[in-house]
Amino acid sequence: MSAALPQNPSRRSVLKGIGMAALAAGPLSACAFGSSDTPATGGATGEKSTTNPFGVVANAPLEVVIFKGGLGDAYATEVHEPLYKKAFPQAEIKHVPTQQIAQTLQPRFAGGNVPDMIANSGSDMMDNGALQGEGQLLDLTALYDAPAIGGSGSVRDSLLPGSVEAGFIAGKPYMMKYIYTVYGLWYDSALFAKNSWAPPTTFAEFDTLLGKIKAAGIAPYAYAGKNAAYYQYWMIAVTAAQIGGNQVLIDMDNLKEGVWTSDPVRQAAEAWASIGKKYLDPSFEGLTHTEVQTSQNQGKVGFYPSGSWLENEQKEQTPAGFQYALAPTPSVGSSDKLPYGAVRAAAGESYIVPSKAKNSAGGLEYLRVMLSKEGARGFTEKTGIITVVKGAADGLKLSPGTQSSNEALKKAGDNIITYNLFEDWYKEFETDLRSKTNALMFGRSSAEQFCKDVQAKADAIKADSSITKQSRTS
Amino acid sequence: MKMPRGGARFVIGFLALPVLLYVVFVIAPYLQAFYLAFTDWRGVSSTPRFSGFDNFTRLLADPTFWAAVGHHVILLLALPLITLAIALFFAFLLNMGAGTKGVRGSKFYQAVFFFPQVLAVAVIGVLFQAVYRPDKGGVLNGLLDLVGIAPIGWLTQPRLALWSLIAVLVWQAVGFYVVLFAAGMANIPKEVVEAAELDGCSRSRMFFQVTLPLLWDTVQVAWVYLGIAAFDGFALVATLSVDRGGPDGSTTVLPLEIWRTAFTYSKFGYASAMGVALFVLSLTFAVLTLRVTRRERIEY
Repeated sequence: MSAALPQNPSRRSVLKGIGMAALAAGPLSACAFGSSDTPATGGATGEKSTTNPFGVVANAPLEVVIFKGGLGDAYATEVHEPLYKKAFPQAEIKHVPTQQIAQTLQPRFAGGNVPDMIANSGSDMMDNGALQGEGQLLDLTALYDAPAIGGSGSVRDSLLPGSVEAGFIAGKPYMMKYIYTVYGLWYDSALFAKNSWAPPTTFAEFDTLLGKIKAAGIAPYAYAGKNAAYYQYWMIAVTAAQIGGNQVLIDMDNLKEGVWTSDPVRQAAEAWASIGKKYLDPSFEGLTHTEVQTSQNQGKVGFYPSGSWLENEQKEQTPAGFQYALAPTPSVGSSDKLPYGAVRAAAGESYIVPSKAKNSAGGLEYLRVMLSKEGARGFTEKTGIITVVKGAADGLKLSPGTQSSNEALKKAGDNIITYNLFEDWYKEFETDLRSKTNALMFGRSSAEQFCKDVQAKADAIKADSSITKQSRTS
Repeated sequence: MKMPRGGARFVIGFLALPVLLYVVFVIAPYLQAFYLAFTDWRGVSSTPRFSGFDNFTRLLADPTFWAAVGHHVILLLALPLITLAIALFFAFLLNMGAGTKGVRGSKFYQAVFFFPQVLAVAVIGVLFQAVYRPDKGGVLNGLLDLVGIAPIGWLTQPRLALWSLIAVLVWQAVGFYVVLFAAGMANIPKEVVEAAELDGCSRSRMFFQVTLPLLWDTVQVAWVYLGIAAFDGFALVATLSVDRGGPDGSTTVLPLEIWRTAFTYSKFGYASAMGVALFVLSLTFAVLTLRVTRRERIEY
């Protein structure tokens, strides 16, 4: 997942990527963009039927590329691929696990030799917006309109609200967002119970509680400035949405004029900056998410902002008594648009089918298998993470963290705060926002300055004609 | 000199493979980069569109680009000066510290100084993550803690971060130049040194008026090497700095920005334009250095 495993590029891996681009170019006369351009046929298709809605050719080989990060790849090799194989026993499945999606696949896109399904994730994921802009992605509308495997109705009807829209680019679903993630402040409920600390409902309570935690000799609040500053801007965005309603986030994604300097964002930035000033140790700016998460597991950090993959990611390091729990972000004032308990929950983790794949029908079918109840249930069993498929995890024994995020989700009801799509759409803006967030939280920039600077960058992106603009309405 | 029969074939046979590799992996990508710099290629289409000088006009107005260039200027001055000063000092002590011989155990020291050169850059990155760790768990901050000094954010303070990185670069480079200068000093004729000694020449005078002039060629080469190294720094910045090039962009370098623009922003055309700028900068530097430092060669 993009959030779970930021990696440092080694110079070698980069050089390898560049070298591979050169190799893909083949003969010298050709260049990095491939010599022949096969027309986008989308691959051969066989007969279509209700059990085979995309007309998969039964013996067509299928190549599946899985990002092997926080989720591992057992969910693919032990659940989805066998399910696909059961439906098409003659199909040869080529499983490619990698942590470097872009380095592995970018040259293949340029050369026209693409796999049939890609889990496009990790810090080295490919820019989905750019891929779509160049016509490299398959429109997944057919997938969502197809009948759900083992259920009644279409795939679309079997999913949690907002799941399809989360994968929109230019108004159409080009990405299949698979996992349902809940975001908030994570803490060790065992540690909190022992000290009789309760999750705060307002920023005033938050302040008091962090003071108590600090007095107990524990770093009260932390995030990893070195490679996961986005965990923190998520919190600022969530708080802004609590104050001004979810429209604020939509405006951010639409690069609306003045949204970053508007009152809700400024108040959110002020609230978080004061937490940073009082309770955030400067050393956290130079630590990675793994280091900070390990500190939390050792009982040295109180609250840590993150998404619900955290528990699974830390499985190996978490000591026996440690119980992950999620607290919604506290309210700022009584005039907030959304009540306390509102949480950010979003479908995440992009799975894509290249439009020029040799077996794109197989790619679509593979996604349909993933979205079946059986496929989704198997995924939750392997990873401990719930998917966008409604009720697929019902009756499964869930871990404390997943349990806690499920409860938060239930309590939130309709008060769901959505994701920031600018992370997919405008990487340049996003990179800059990370750096500005560190400056704000570690006291080098005021809330006012932060809002002004971020707005300036948003305006610059808006004015840049070389960047394809996207928009969303919900 | 006339080549013996079949000599040309022999030479070509040996050179063909390396030249081919060089052409495929160095020359061809360079040419492509020059071509791409004039397009708006985003890395995934098979038909880049020409955009004329767009990328270059954009570059001139890009604050990140200029910040990176500024850091290269600092690197270009600091890295060679500090490295050469330390390396010359060590090499002098090791080889001529006691007249025509080095200090006791000089061979051993020479090997020790060379160690960092043997390590891969990635290893050095990991090593210095531990050294510079911003809390008390860090090697440096742990030591400071023993004497009661609060942890210092070696890489998190915008004013300090670049210098912390320069220190690593220097640490890694010194050993190589000690060995290089040691070899140069071994070539200095003993008679010259002995004559100077008989005349009562002091150690420092010996260094500045005998050793350094006779070593000038080597120093000049070293300066060019280090200058070119100053245009890189990618691996260390990417592994050590906050948020790759931070805090607040205070450590970013051109190779990092090129990498980010290409692989994160998917602007391969623009990244190629940066690459062309980097190419021009490093070439200009090399030519200028060789011109400016050209001196009469001292024959001995």
